[in-house]
Amino acid sequence: MKHLFSGGVHPQGHKELSRGTAVVTVPAPETVVIPLIQHIGSACKPLVAVGDRVLMGQVIGDGDAKSSPVHATVSGTVTAIEERAVPSGGSAPCIIIKNDFKDESVEFRGAADWESLDARAVAELVRAAGIVGMGGAAFPTNSKIASTAGRTKDVLINACECEPYITSDDTIMCTATADVIGGARLLAKVLGAEKSIIAIEDNKPEAIEALRAEAGDDPLVEIRVLPTRYPQGAKKQLILAVTGNEVAPGARSGALFNVTTTANVYRAVTRGQPLLEKIVTVTGEGAEEPRNVLVRIGTSFADAVKAAGGLKEETVEVVAGGPMMGKAVESLDVPVVKGTNAILCLTKLAERNAEGPCIRCGKCASVCPMYLQPLYMYRYAKEGMGGELKRLNLEDCMECGCCSFVCPAKLPLTETFVLAKSLLKGGKRA
Amino acid sequence: MNLNISSAPHIRSSDNTRKLMLTVLVALVPALIAGVIVFGVRALIVVAISMAASVATELVCGLVTGKKASVTDGSAAVTGLLLALTLPASVPYWMPAVGGVFAIVVAKCLCGGLGQNVFNPALAARAFLMLFWPTALVRYAAPGALGLANNVDMVSSSTPLQDMSRGVLPGDESLLDMFLGNTGGTIGEVSALALLIGAAILLATRTINWRIPVSYVGTVAALSLFFARGDDPIMWMLCSVFGGGLLIGAIFMATDYSSSPTSPLAQLVFGIGCGALTILFRYKSLYPEGITYAILTMNAFAWALDRYLPPRRFGVAKGGPAQ
Repeated sequence: MKHLFSGGVHPQGHKELSRGTAVVTVPAPETVVIPLIQHIGSACKPLVAVGDRVLMGQVIGDGDAKSSPVHATVSGTVTAIEERAVPSGGSAPCIIIKNDFKDESVEFRGAADWESLDARAVAELVRAAGIVGMGGAAFPTNSKIASTAGRTKDVLINACECEPYITSDDTIMCTATADVIGGARLLAKVLGAEKSIIAIEDNKPEAIEALRAEAGDDPLVEIRVLPTRYPQGAKKQLILAVTGNEVAPGARSGALFNVTTTANVYRAVTRGQPLLEKIVTVTGEGAEEPRNVLVRIGTSFADAVKAAGGLKEETVEVVAGGPMMGKAVESLDVPVVKGTNAILCLTKLAERNAEGPCIRCGKCASVCPMYLQPLYMYRYAKEGMGGELKRLNLEDCMECGCCSFVCPAKLPLTETFVLAKSLLKGGKRA
Repeated sequence: MNLNISSAPHIRSSDNTRKLMLTVLVALVPALIAGVIVFGVRALIVVAISMAASVATELVCGLVTGKKASVTDGSAAVTGLLLALTLPASVPYWMPAVGGVFAIVVAKCLCGGLGQNVFNPALAARAFLMLFWPTALVRYAAPGALGLANNVDMVSSSTPLQDMSRGVLPGDESLLDMFLGNTGGTIGEVSALALLIGAAILLATRTINWRIPVSYVGTVAALSLFFARGDDPIMWMLCSVFGGGLLIGAIFMATDYSSSPTSPLAQLVFGIGCGALTILFRYKSLYPEGITYAILTMNAFAWALDRYLPPRRFGVAKGGPAQ
């Protein structure tokens, strides 16, 4: 049965810029900067002190159950524990390690026989490896495993990668296919589900073929190909597209894992491999040689961009993530973190307020995948009318950017809602 | 290197207001061509005067209000063209000029400008002209090229709707005449074929959606079938749909962005309301045509319809309690 989510847009993909090029390994840098919070939840506390020698893979920060541990991604000496700029904006406490280039590693030990493990044991291994959601939210994956075990019919693996430009998930699926399928099997078994459904958009034919070949006729894994449309990879839209069900406001969305997260879960469980490096798409019209790079967490954006030939002079904005939901960074002096999937170098700024007032064409409402009425929300947000914004369910807005993208007057709709949401939460205007 | 910091999204579609207005103008070209073929060059002059007056007035309004020159967005040109298409080709030349000024000054600028007007400016101007000079607007030119001098008394003919307002099926025209435009009427309304081509352009480019035109025309069709007069209900219904201003109203007027609702259910109710009022006015009012007043009346409810018939909340079942 075919389901579709409603609304959405078709921005130009630009995926060809970075797809298919060989993955370049970024040399380990002189120093790595490891933020103590790289996930949704509470921050880690440093477990090392300045001057300590650390090994690659050693846990250097950990916290309560709502956190995810961070690891040293090189061997060397801790030179500072201080606030540094991070890609999510502002700064965060970070552990800075001077690389001794020996790559002396702690021993990784996985569970060769993962089929004998229960969900709790798997969640522990996943937590120890510092795995968080790679699809954007960076929610600790162990928490999701623990909360959905035994309560889910199907596990959903999100391989949509619906943001334009980004091809890092695509690259993982093509180059680490066995880990993806292994992870899909593992999650289905461990969570007591019937099967894992890998949902992928039809603009990734090589990945689809690779996954199909690897999965064979395993009843635990289904590859579901969906027509390409943004924001299909948003969790509520993906659940709607795959199952036909709408998640109620405020309800939990269940067992949904990003495809790179899935591969990382497999590596963590079977090999005990913590999250030390990741594939990042360095792309955009401002990158000299757009490509995917394999980079240690804590490496600066500058070093990662250098591996893609560096920035063109025309670059005006660098975004951590995709063009629809990514966050612009102040400088390239921020570290790659667990949740970084792309470094997008743009040569053109989005037009804003360039075309006069709202003409009530209603395109914003027709593309809103959450059935909101952005034209009215914008009006009320400008007037500071919190009560009206609540009536219009502003809280349902997931900031996907479709309304701003499509607005013929180039009004900053999403941009305004992001601000209005934080003001409403703070109760300042309510 | 200095980097900009702007918030997401960082890309925009290539659509803009000017392109939308241009699309509407292009979609009106078939109707304009049909009008010129049927009524001659005089129709073209009426259109040119109306558009020039509207655009010039918009320019002056922009200067007076100090708002960014809104002439370039093309909306005033659309208003001018729409207004002219609702007038008979035989109107005196000053009339489209007066109408254009009224549309822009009163119906648009005084309401706050583009996107703020409650009533469709072209139809508001037509209603204004009807108030003062009704004879010029209901004496329709017969098909066939008009002389450039104004001699409406010599050429006025009856239209299908004028026959129907007396309770009889149109005597002179066949259905094919109405479909192609070989009939009396206003410049833009006579050719159903040309208007349907325009509709196809608007729908294909997603400038409008189907809801308002279909619910509007559907309602008129259903009600005229139900309340048919004469001995052939189907013919009565078809003449009601093709014989007057319904198509130009449903396709181009009722879908005006500013003065129509945006939520899907509200659009359906809006279209049904327009259709019901059109039938009421056609049957019970002094004039044979009811499109102008039907749409203007529903315009007043556009914002309220959006407010009280909003889209269903995501994740809440139809008819279920809003959380």
